Amino acid sequence: MRKITIDPVTRLEGHGRIDLFLNDAGDVANAYMVIPELRGFEKFAQGRRVEELTDITPRICGVCPEAHHLASTKACDAVYHVDPPPTAKKLRELFYSAFFVADHTVHFYILGGPDFVMGPDAPVADRNILGVIHKVGVEVGTRVITARGKAMDIIGMLGGRKIHPTFGIPGGVSKAINEEERQKIEATAGEEIEFGLFSLQLFKDIVLGNKEYLDMILSDAFTMPTYYMGMVDANNKVNFYDGKIRVVDPDGKEFVKYSPNEYLDVIAERVEPWTYLKFPYLKKVGWKGLETGKDSGVYQATPLSRLNVADGMATPKAQAEYEEMYKTLGGKPVHHLLATYWARLIELLYGAERLLELSTDPEITNPHVRNLPTEKPTEGVGIVEAPRGTLTHHYVTDEKGIVLKANLIVGTTNNYAPISIAVKKAAQAVIQKGKDITEGMLNRVEMAFRLYDPCFGCATHTLPGKMPLEVRIYDTNGNLKDVLKRNL
Amino acid sequence: MADNQKLKLALYWAASCGGCEIAIVELREKILVVDQVADIVFWPVAVDTKYKDVEAMPDQYIDVCLFNGAIRTSENENLAHLLRKKSKVLVAFGSCACEGCIPGLANLNDRQSIFDYVYLESPSVDNPNKVIPQPTYQMPEGEIHIPKFYNTVKTLAQIEDVDYFVPGCPPQAPQVWSVIEAIVAGNLPPKGSVVGANEKTVCDECKHDRKEKAIRKFYRYHEIIADSTKCLFDQGIICAGPATRGGCGSLCTTVDVPCRGCYGPPPHIVDQGAALLSAVASVVDADTEEEAARIVGEIPDPIGTFYRFGLPNSLLHRARLVKE
Repeated sequence: MRKITIDPVTRLEGHGRIDLFLNDAGDVANAYMVIPELRGFEKFAQGRRVEELTDITPRICGVCPEAHHLASTKACDAVYHVDPPPTAKKLRELFYSAFFVADHTVHFYILGGPDFVMGPDAPVADRNILGVIHKVGVEVGTRVITARGKAMDIIGMLGGRKIHPTFGIPGGVSKAINEEERQKIEATAGEEIEFGLFSLQLFKDIVLGNKEYLDMILSDAFTMPTYYMGMVDANNKVNFYDGKIRVVDPDGKEFVKYSPNEYLDVIAERVEPWTYLKFPYLKKVGWKGLETGKDSGVYQATPLSRLNVADGMATPKAQAEYEEMYKTLGGKPVHHLLATYWARLIELLYGAERLLELSTDPEITNPHVRNLPTEKPTEGVGIVEAPRGTLTHHYVTDEKGIVLKANLIVGTTNNYAPISIAVKKAAQAVIQKGKDITEGMLNRVEMAFRLYDPCFGCATHTLPGKMPLEVRIYDTNGNLKDVLKRNL
Repeated sequence: MADNQKLKLALYWAASCGGCEIAIVELREKILVVDQVADIVFWPVAVDTKYKDVEAMPDQYIDVCLFNGAIRTSENENLAHLLRKKSKVLVAFGSCACEGCIPGLANLNDRQSIFDYVYLESPSVDNPNKVIPQPTYQMPEGEIHIPKFYNTVKTLAQIEDVDYFVPGCPPQAPQVWSVIEAIVAGNLPPKGSVVGANEKTVCDECKHDRKEKAIRKFYRYHEIIADSTKCLFDQGIICAGPATRGGCGSLCTTVDVPCRGCYGPPPHIVDQGAALLSAVASVVDADTEEEAARIVGEIPDPIGTFYRFGLPNSLLHRARLVKE
């Protein structure tokens, strides 16, 4: 048995690693996606004032603090049995729509996009955002920075801070917006819709217009039927902020639809001794190991999952794109992992359209944005869709609202099992005995986790996305036999 | 990578959330200017250098290393020692590295209690065999290692010699930019200084109208609708502004939410929690000592309130360990 270590996998917060084991024949026998990190938020949440978890839990992730802030605020609403005024809910959703635009933008252009725009086998030095800018033009690069920046400005306007925003309060939001602010948001929303359409066109031209990429999307190495999870509104349309959680089976049939407070009936978490991260799975199907298919409780919670579970998008332009995607890929559900990129852009467009809808809502400048809690705090669950998957916060408090127990199932955590399987599958497809391991092969292994936009790595939404890899090959006695390097 | 006269810059994250990386992204177009004046020789999140390449660098090869994140695991600690050796200037960047920040609240617990809760007691865990992650584990195919999880979260300066401190959770973009300008210009203050912040408190940046305080009851901020023109503290909402260094622009109070203290203690204050407690005690309007004790005693979770961002760096440091 040979051990191949990909360490560090820098887009996993610098604290991730892939251990691949090759059998004596030279084929991949197994793959372990190891997460060597834990901070223990659920434990030190105990004893805190529950409303302060809206400020504490966003520090789980500085890349998607908006998601934690809102899941926490909704959990606090539930703990205090208080229903926020309609305008408060709309402001939270407006804020969250801006966040989805910003977050999905950076993933497509900086993290994952370069693999397609430049090609998976392009020279490493070109396969990054700068390469993308050279290929598609500087004006596009500026447009990306502007689109993200303006969405972040809306987050700052409402949330006080752009990173770790702070306006969510049990029972509402801390501040209303005025007409001048509303107009700014409306103007930005219009630009973001144009940007969303432009991004989809770019995807179609560059990716779908290229047979090689289309073949790769449809290839077995990147096809993985599992259960899918995502939030839907009352009409079963995709929603990021509020609704029920729907799970469909690999055939696309509804398996369960649950309210936040029922999550424990649906999800359980598995502990493994070789990693700090837990593996969530569908309780009623059961844990059958890192396996796909209908008999395995493994599910995915990604942009593609959200589209797979929903009956459509709630806004017209996104709906048209949704229909086109399923028509092109042969109907629902789509199991082609790389279609996640397409789904993400459709969600970006939906976020922009929703931003416009909410910014022009007649109620949006209503100053009534708080209801004071009057009931004794007890227990509550808050769920939102984080860009990387369904995010659940569950708090139990004493009668003074001091936290006794907190449980968090975080976006990327849902996908820990599928990411592990996808990495193994891709590795098995590309690393075969007798063949030299090339940089392009290793990049295809990376593409298997990059498509999930793992939250630990979303800060890579920045400069050139060149992931360094070192593959160490050991013999059965643990002696280092060979080292393959890329970007070193 | 850096064979020219450009500044050699390194960035690293230990136990952190990634918000400090986004704080760099928030430089927006200016990031292109950084690219012109500096070569980033190590930034695991974005640039193609690995631990072993850092090990291979000559000592003091890196001009400036911005180190964010607290010291939670053996991996965090090893990297801190390595980067100190390889860097001329080591900067504790952000609240986690400076003070321990919110991950530092874990110093109210220890490793065992955290593991027990996360892997055995948490409501969604299904773990009948009581499996706990192990630093070394033998799988059928071979051995797998994960770093050691320490009992105590430490700040960077508690384990290494630090040249400068940039506070904030996260540091705000204009402050980050001013620090980068100072680095590029070689215009840095004496070693040990706090940079990228102000010499006053958050109250000095807050637009709310402040008067003489006389508090008879403290409120949690969801319990009342505060007057958004007036000082939140004056209205009985505990605000860490008076015990917090300025520099953020008082962003939280602009949306009528109290400061929680992420920029750390103001100049010449050692213990931020003690300073905030003292501020609270001084505004209580009570006729008797008993009444004063009752008013202050009603404040729930004092440690999570007064030491939200700085427990590891405070005089308290952590809750007592039975054995370590």
